[in-house]
Amino acid sequence: MTHRGSRVLHVGALARVEGEGALRLRISDGTVTQAQLSIYEPPRFFEAFLRGRRHTEPPDITSRVCGICPVAYQTSSCHAIEDVCGITVDGQLAALRRLLYCGEWIESHTLHIYLLHAPDFLGCDNAIELSRTHRADVERGLRLKQAGNSIMEFLGGRSIHPINVRVGGFHRTPARTEFRPLAERLRQARDDALATVAWVAGFDFPEADCDADLLALTEPGTYAIETGTPTVLPHGDGHRTRTFPLADFTTHVVEEQVPYSTALQARLDGRRHLTGALARYAISGHQLPPAVREAARSAGLADPASGQICRNPFRSVVVRAVEVLYAVEEALRLIDAYELPPYPAVDVPPRAGTGHGATEAPRGTLYHRYTLDDEGLVTDACLIPPTSQNQGAIEEDLRRIVQDRLRHGEPTDAELTRLCERAIRNHDPCISCSAHFLDLTVVRA
Amino acid sequence: MAAPVRSRPRLGVFKFASCDGCQLTLLDCEDELLPLAAEIDIAHFVEASSDIQPGPYDLSLVEGSVSTPEHLERIRRIRSESRHLVTIGACATAGGVQALRNFADVAEFRATVYAKPEYIETLATSTPISAHVPVDFELRGCPIDRGQLIEVITAFLADRRPDIPNHSVCFACKRRGTTCLPVAHGIPCLGPVTHAGCGALCPAYGRGCYGCFGPSASTNMPAMIPLLRSDGMSDEDILRFLHTFNAHDFAAIEPPGELGEEGAAS
Repeated sequence: MTHRGSRVLHVGALARVEGEGALRLRISDGTVTQAQLSIYEPPRFFEAFLRGRRHTEPPDITSRVCGICPVAYQTSSCHAIEDVCGITVDGQLAALRRLLYCGEWIESHTLHIYLLHAPDFLGCDNAIELSRTHRADVERGLRLKQAGNSIMEFLGGRSIHPINVRVGGFHRTPARTEFRPLAERLRQARDDALATVAWVAGFDFPEADCDADLLALTEPGTYAIETGTPTVLPHGDGHRTRTFPLADFTTHVVEEQVPYSTALQARLDGRRHLTGALARYAISGHQLPPAVREAARSAGLADPASGQICRNPFRSVVVRAVEVLYAVEEALRLIDAYELPPYPAVDVPPRAGTGHGATEAPRGTLYHRYTLDDEGLVTDACLIPPTSQNQGAIEEDLRRIVQDRLRHGEPTDAELTRLCERAIRNHDPCISCSAHFLDLTVVRA
Repeated sequence: MAAPVRSRPRLGVFKFASCDGCQLTLLDCEDELLPLAAEIDIAHFVEASSDIQPGPYDLSLVEGSVSTPEHLERIRRIRSESRHLVTIGACATAGGVQALRNFADVAEFRATVYAKPEYIETLATSTPISAHVPVDFELRGCPIDRGQLIEVITAFLADRRPDIPNHSVCFACKRRGTTCLPVAHGIPCLGPVTHAGCGALCPAYGRGCYGCFGPSASTNMPAMIPLLRSDGMSDEDILRFLHTFNAHDFAAIEPPGELGEEGAAS
């Protein structure tokens, strides 16, 4: 039995997220006084053991932070090290990096949409159960996910911890003709991606609003993925964005340690902020090609080109589907424009200094900073993953959603757990990045 | 109490310190996932399902290394609830990349990463599952190979040994018809001492094997190390090459004395 008064809800192993975490809610007389997302993923000390490594090593090592977004880690690492060494990788090598990243977006977003998130909207515990009533939908999702994986396998060698990425470019670059089977597969995937947008648009979305500043990278003329300038869209300040240089990232995005979590929590200029699909779409949505914007509009998403901003975290599933469609289109465009570069990688001789790299991991902005000594050995490393940045916004989301629910009477613990898990999964948290998820115990005051 | 008759074997997937990549490999079996789910009951797989059922499990797949005090107790419980226990990946099999702490001062690591290290509970070591409980089979790789995972699951469910060869990457490389990188191009490669399973991927992409499947069944380190030196690696480079994703296992077989002495002489 639950009753009004003080209660503490502790959800101890959050399901269908990547990594391990728990949630603690304190409710006093109908008011949520505390919502703590506690990440108990065991610390793995990447920043410590990167020290003493040669400047060529971080991409392979940091990919092991996360099995779901290894390309994000590899690419942020490469950019930061190339920044130290004063090298810019452009042309077809940069295009191939974006192509590989499109593969990761398709794979990771589709995994999240179909296997982790859709069961919430359709009242199932998992995608296997979902497949009993929505077999064709789940099969479409698996096919689309496989298309993303096929980009990563072709270009990266494998989909988890690709082996073909290196500082300066790639170990091997494919000939143009080798892309034909992949392009054929992506043309089929385009239909699956369009159908995915239409499918998720039909879900039932509770009303919700995310009261946080939004942060995403932007790039002139394109939807930023693998590079860009940090751009902030403050909450409640119309549509005026501001940017800051990437080199100043850690002066704006400051991590602090909280006692209940192994993941550090970051705030942006002292305020909670959100990165990821909602932030990217709000800040860069006007850069999407017309066909993708049209798909977004028919899915009922606010059109950022006309100044509308979608802040409903439940609708992030629609934004992800739109981003998958974009990534498929973009991959096809990149393949079509591909010419074999003269060499697979630019030579990156080491030099002493500090460099910065940031990319848009599927779940948000991923920042890396490295300092190298004269011999090219890493003396300092700093990795700020999206989940550590999103934690504050997720906690506020939880507080607000539970508070809203309390207005309609006292929910059971099971109901609260389900609601909170949904709210967390809206943000596709990648918890092993930071440091897994929800059993339930209730402690009553 | 009589146990209910179960028609389908029960699978558990468990995570310790890891990147989730090896359990993701199961979800990456896009063509096999639904047919597999028709044959087995996915009873515990937190990453993929909110329906978390208690043991016992017929087959438990364990990802990740033992790295916190809580892990010690949890792995014993999982073992006691599992008919077969199989480790998946370099972390569970060899301590993983986080086993680099085993060669360092973990207190210093903790202070490097955390402003308030006293909040962080961790063991001084990251150890393989087999260091704590009996393991029925170890599947190697960082990450594991999808085809090998399907073989292991189907083998255990059919009560036979998995057909996973113990030979080195070199065998797979020859079979693939890839030109030998050290011989033809002087590129350092750990293929001769590394467990097969990846399909000799790196050499096919023009880079030397970096040992992510850990040591093969028979290794000849005294021959390997001079070969790496002749390909231009310093002893520090060689140590780092071996000390990455399977540091714990490679460190157990490398001849450190010889490496140190010759390194000092050269």
